[in-house]
Amino acid sequence: MKINSPLEVYQYLPQTNCQECGELTCMAFASHLIDRSIKLEDCKPILEDAYKEKYQDLSELMAPEIAEVIIGVGEHAVTVGGDDVLYRHQLTFFNPPAFAVDVWDTMSQSDLIERVTFIKDYKKFYVGRFLTLDMIAIRSVSGDPDTFKHAVTLVMEHTELPLVLCSLDPAVLQAGLEVAAEKKPLLYAATKDNWQDVYDLVVEYNVPVVLFAPDELDTLKSLAITFIENGCKDLILDPGTNPQGRNLRESFENFIMIRRAGIKEGQKEIAFPLMAVPMTAYMTNDDPVSASYWETVLCGVFTVRYGDIMILHSIEPYALLPEMHIKDTVYTDPRTPVKVDSRVYKVGSPDKDSPVFVTTNFALTFYTVESDLASNEINCHLLAVDTDGLGVEAAVAGGQLTGKNIADDFKKSNFDFSDKTSHNIVIIPGLAARLQGDLEDTSGLNVMVGPPDSGRIPGWMEKNWDGK
Amino acid sequence: MTKKITLSKLNGLLKDMEVEALEGVTIEGDIELEMDAIGGLNPQLAYMLGQETAQIAGHLINISQLLGYPVDQLLSKPVNDDKQRMIKPMELNRSTFQVNKMEEWTNEIQEVTLGASSSDGGTRKSIITVGGENALPYYFDSPMPHRNHITMDVFDMPIGMAKAVKSNYEDVMDSPAEWAKKNVNEFGADMVTIHLISTDPNIKDTSAKEAAETVADVLQAVDVPIVIGGSGNPEKDPEVLEKAAEIAQGERVLLASASLNLDYERIANAAKEYGHVVLSWTQLEINAQKELNRKLMKQCNVDREDIIMDPTTAALGYGLDYAYTNMERIRLAGLVGDDELNFPMSSGTTNAWGARESWMIDSPLKEDSDWGPREYRGPIWEIITGLTLALGGNDLFMMMHPASVAVLKEITKSLHGSLARDTVDISNWVTTKV
Repeated sequence: MKINSPLEVYQYLPQTNCQECGELTCMAFASHLIDRSIKLEDCKPILEDAYKEKYQDLSELMAPEIAEVIIGVGEHAVTVGGDDVLYRHQLTFFNPPAFAVDVWDTMSQSDLIERVTFIKDYKKFYVGRFLTLDMIAIRSVSGDPDTFKHAVTLVMEHTELPLVLCSLDPAVLQAGLEVAAEKKPLLYAATKDNWQDVYDLVVEYNVPVVLFAPDELDTLKSLAITFIENGCKDLILDPGTNPQGRNLRESFENFIMIRRAGIKEGQKEIAFPLMAVPMTAYMTNDDPVSASYWETVLCGVFTVRYGDIMILHSIEPYALLPEMHIKDTVYTDPRTPVKVDSRVYKVGSPDKDSPVFVTTNFALTFYTVESDLASNEINCHLLAVDTDGLGVEAAVAGGQLTGKNIADDFKKSNFDFSDKTSHNIVIIPGLAARLQGDLEDTSGLNVMVGPPDSGRIPGWMEKNWDGK
Repeated sequence: MTKKITLSKLNGLLKDMEVEALEGVTIEGDIELEMDAIGGLNPQLAYMLGQETAQIAGHLINISQLLGYPVDQLLSKPVNDDKQRMIKPMELNRSTFQVNKMEEWTNEIQEVTLGASSSDGGTRKSIITVGGENALPYYFDSPMPHRNHITMDVFDMPIGMAKAVKSNYEDVMDSPAEWAKKNVNEFGADMVTIHLISTDPNIKDTSAKEAAETVADVLQAVDVPIVIGGSGNPEKDPEVLEKAAEIAQGERVLLASASLNLDYERIANAAKEYGHVVLSWTQLEINAQKELNRKLMKQCNVDREDIIMDPTTAALGYGLDYAYTNMERIRLAGLVGDDELNFPMSSGTTNAWGARESWMIDSPLKEDSDWGPREYRGPIWEIITGLTLALGGNDLFMMMHPASVAVLKEITKSLHGSLARDTVDISNWVTTKV
């Protein structure tokens, strides 16, 4: 964005402190606009005619350096791009890269349906929510428009996920658009050879498009300028993802150069989301495990360095899990507090015979333990000790998790064992085993030592907890 | 010059291509009709006129406007159409891409050498240098003088480890020397790390003297540079590392580690006295890293070329976001001029094996999709953890699984530009048959 202080933003706001947005003052609203934790449209008065000009000016000033492009419609629509910084600690990165897993038009009908279903259903629980896959990329391998159209139709019958239609033949793309246009798929791709025909499709069907110029940044920029000047704004750039050796390094450099030009140098004509294609790993590796590993590695490289949308092939869990996690790692907002409130939480519907567990208030630790308990239907109480956001092992080593802290935090939560339990037992994490004596002395409770990983609590319960 | 022109007239003119027939208009000099010149044309008008004639029309209008005809006003009749129709562009607007190098990166990262050959008072056959960068890793701004290196773990006693890891070491677990040899000869380790964990009073309380003998065995067994790690017990480590430093005199090992929660001065002094490098270890906190480095340099008089940092590694999914950003901030601070942070970095990448995804047989959560075979999950967890930190600026990796080592080497060498591989034609990846 072209503006960086709340005071500058404030000049454009109604300055009435009406509080409709939920903030106490327009200045507070302005500071949230600067850190992008609120939308300008949350200010209802500024949408009125009287402020029309200021609204337009401010929208322009606040637009992210990298354009945002929306693919798909409705609740599954994916937004890519929108970044304002080169390094996440400078603010945060916005819109995690969209992972599009491929299918192809020469698959048998049953294989295709099975694969699409797998992709749309794949999920991994993490810190209070599920990590999932975002899109389906349909590749035309046959080169035949009707075959492609059939595959697109079939995919759409089985998922609402947004689509990438992949072919360098405009006739094939058109066949796909004829059935999928209203879902606003992403077209892949316009190249230096086919761009005029693809341009026509983009205009006729009003869809976003990838401009693909492998290893040729001049051509890529020329394509972008030509499309922009002729009214197309929903562009994604693919400078090519070379899978190996020095060519891979060149691809890596290209991503960095384009993003630096967009964010640091304000080169608008190249400030678009970038597509990486880790799937090219399959063009060099014959062994499926090696190919899948290498694809995961490429996905990691371009998730860290500026890929905004990726085409992936492997659906092996050992590829998908680290891919989804590295995306979350890089796009987690570093400004968000990582602690949960320190108190006793109820998991399920505990009664007096239910166990009482202890963990720390580090969000990751807490949610992991809480979900392990909930998922295994263990009704219990769970204390999140205030360790200042440290995990169990670090907090024990650093003295933030002690017998006294645990006893104190139970008291602060008004959790009286003689009243809330029939057993007077507390279970501490296996990694805090050395606190057992200390806690017994300070609290007078019976202290049991649980397993070192909360994933093993169900097994531990079977052996050690008879429901007394 | 106040004559107005109507649409029908203009259309008529264009039909005939009789440009000169515009009454009262004289066109003087050479005027080229170029596509670029239609920039100011109203696209709706262009569409109405048809693409064939649009270019000429556009130019005509430009000329007419120059001469004072309010044609644009006249002709821009509103077209009720959501999709604004465009003229089909005929040619690419040729442009060149250019971007500047980072001028702010003026401060070089310290070069540090590990291992000493016989000419320098040691017995190592290979010497490793890390650091020396003037840019973020693999950036085009400045060549990265040294590739990343990997040191593989050896423990001084059999320990519990993930099944996928253990299967590689079962035959050597009782002998640190054999273990070290296997790491170098079979798994391509650049270095080995001997972890003296049995010295912890809560484990075996092995004496410092006995531990030093293990170090001697390892130095005897391999000729690569080594890292010596304590048990992590802050009371015992200084003594253990002093003895180990002594027995390894002149070998320029990396002593792991000095930290704020133990007597770092003893570690620093041991390094100085016996000619080693200090690993300056802090826990995910850039200011603590600055403080410890400052203390090592100012208070303990450790030379700059004898310091490597370990700002702590957290596993993918378990705090890697902090570890990565912490390293990237440290490296960027060093590059723009912070002389308390411009040291090479080392990562305990083995920590990746603490993530349950790397070792658990399946998800403990019923709602999760299948996690697949853990034999493949573990190594890739270690790879992605290491790779992320490599991109953030980490130089040296302490690792565990041979497959992880091989793949991390391949990717870091590729990005470094030091790995020749065949060129693949990716221009038609779309039709790849897999």
